[in-house]
Amino acid sequence: MDEQISVQSVTGVDLTLNLAGPGTRSYAFVIDWHIRLLLGCAWLLLASYAMKLSLNARSPDALLSLLPAAVLYFLYHPILEVVMHGKTPGKRIAGIRIATRSGGTPSTASLLIRNLFRLIDSLPALYAIGLISCFVTANRVRIGDMAAGTLLVQDDSAAGKTLLRLDALSGSRLPLDTLELVDQILERWPTLALDNKRRIAGSLLARVEPGSDAAGLADLSEADLHARLLALLTAHAPTTDG
Amino acid sequence: MRAWIIARAGTWRGLLESIATLRLGRRATMEQALGVVESYRGLARDLATARRLAPNSRTTAGLESLYAQLHALISRKPRGGTAGLRDLLRVDIPQAARELRSRIAGMALLMAASAAAGWWMISTFPTLIGLFAGEAMIARVEQGHLWTEGILNITPSSVMSVGILANNIVVSVLAFCAGIFFGLGTFYLVALNGMMLGAVFAFVHQHGLAAALFNFIIAHGPVELSVICVAGASGVALGESIIRPTLATRRDSFQACAHRFAPLLLLCAALLVGCGLIEGFVSPDPGFPLASRVVIGVSYWTVMMILMSGGLFRRPTPDISHSMGT
Repeated sequence: MDEQISVQSVTGVDLTLNLAGPGTRSYAFVIDWHIRLLLGCAWLLLASYAMKLSLNARSPDALLSLLPAAVLYFLYHPILEVVMHGKTPGKRIAGIRIATRSGGTPSTASLLIRNLFRLIDSLPALYAIGLISCFVTANRVRIGDMAAGTLLVQDDSAAGKTLLRLDALSGSRLPLDTLELVDQILERWPTLALDNKRRIAGSLLARVEPGSDAAGLADLSEADLHARLLALLTAHAPTTDG
Repeated sequence: MRAWIIARAGTWRGLLESIATLRLGRRATMEQALGVVESYRGLARDLATARRLAPNSRTTAGLESLYAQLHALISRKPRGGTAGLRDLLRVDIPQAARELRSRIAGMALLMAASAAAGWWMISTFPTLIGLFAGEAMIARVEQGHLWTEGILNITPSSVMSVGILANNIVVSVLAFCAGIFFGLGTFYLVALNGMMLGAVFAFVHQHGLAAALFNFIIAHGPVELSVICVAGASGVALGESIIRPTLATRRDSFQACAHRFAPLLLLCAALLVGCGLIEGFVSPDPGFPLASRVVIGVSYWTVMMILMSGGLFRRPTPDISHSMGT
């Protein structure tokens, strides 16, 4: 289960941050590692085959062939974290971001310090010190984070998109919790297996539409079930709860 | 609850759109930015209400997310630009260097003592040079040649410079970061570098090549060795911040120390780029006489001292006597 910390805000309402654990952190790192490795290799292939440059480290070509690949590989994290305000493609996919201990966006200096300490975190191999540090520290941070004053937190910006669908409330007859359930199912719709779609949607529709025939619902196609669920969000009727 | 959500939904949607625009930065207007800051307090109020009325709902989760996004956006520091760089050179670096003065002297002393120890060790037990130098290097020196001779025929200066500067930067950063091990990692690295220097000098001296090695390192060596001492001093300060914290917790003290001395490390890295270029283009080139090498070495070291003291970017002191009319 994810751990949470509360951060005081100037408004007096605490900010809740969900800490990313060693698993999520490693997941993001592995994605980033593959990306930078692919980028580096792609450049080497381009230099070698398209630009006909030598890959010998002692040839004058090395500045154009090996150096850019090395820069892509070794400076990937510091550059992207600064440019993307504490994110990298891997972190974005893993749904995490770097934040200061007060929940803010880290400064460039903090991000650079965080990356300097990768030298220590990666010792003796496979980020062993960094991983051990993540397991034993209260906020699940590696040494670089301690030096920079940063945390790795869940970036649940997708949850904010729920607010975009709240307009449906004004036109629906369903209670808020049921509407949120419908909203959640629709959000997960593309990832659900067909059997689960039938079972979940059928059960929900049978509950909110008392007159509906369970056998008839079971015969509905995937597209029809989706349309019926969507209709729940927009159906006009007098409100039933306060 | 329902009526309240319906009433507020438009505001939240507008905020989401504004945040998306402001994240892109340049397309946002001043009014939009101010509007978002104004709405921060209102959103906090909404979140507090939602937490009380529907603690586990998706609407509350959405508001938590919106609040976190807005908080991160508002607390984002502006990019320093050239003013930030000027402050770094004028204030941060000189201040850090002043604070580290005694530790830098200590590191220089440690390096000198280690170099003396290395010299004594190889002078007394010549066979131990295998601990500090590779077989090819030893064989070449025993033949009466420095390993640096003719190196430009094998590797171009530019390529050599990049390799050297990357290696030196890694060593300096490691000397700083190794301070996390209560300063012991830093002591080890600086002492090892000093010992290697002394040992190699003793070895080449035994074969009559000490003058040639001095000739090779005098152009880049002063700054390179000074940078290791500065990075080492920063590392020792880092270790000290953990052993004897000056703030409420060891973590706070460590963090503050890392932020205080990191700008100095940035200067060190920049200076090492220069060292790499000198070591790639000047040091191995026999066309440069000793006098010009000494001038380059001493001049570059003087530039380093000026940058560390902040003298080049110091603000002119306002003349108080004139403004007071005396």
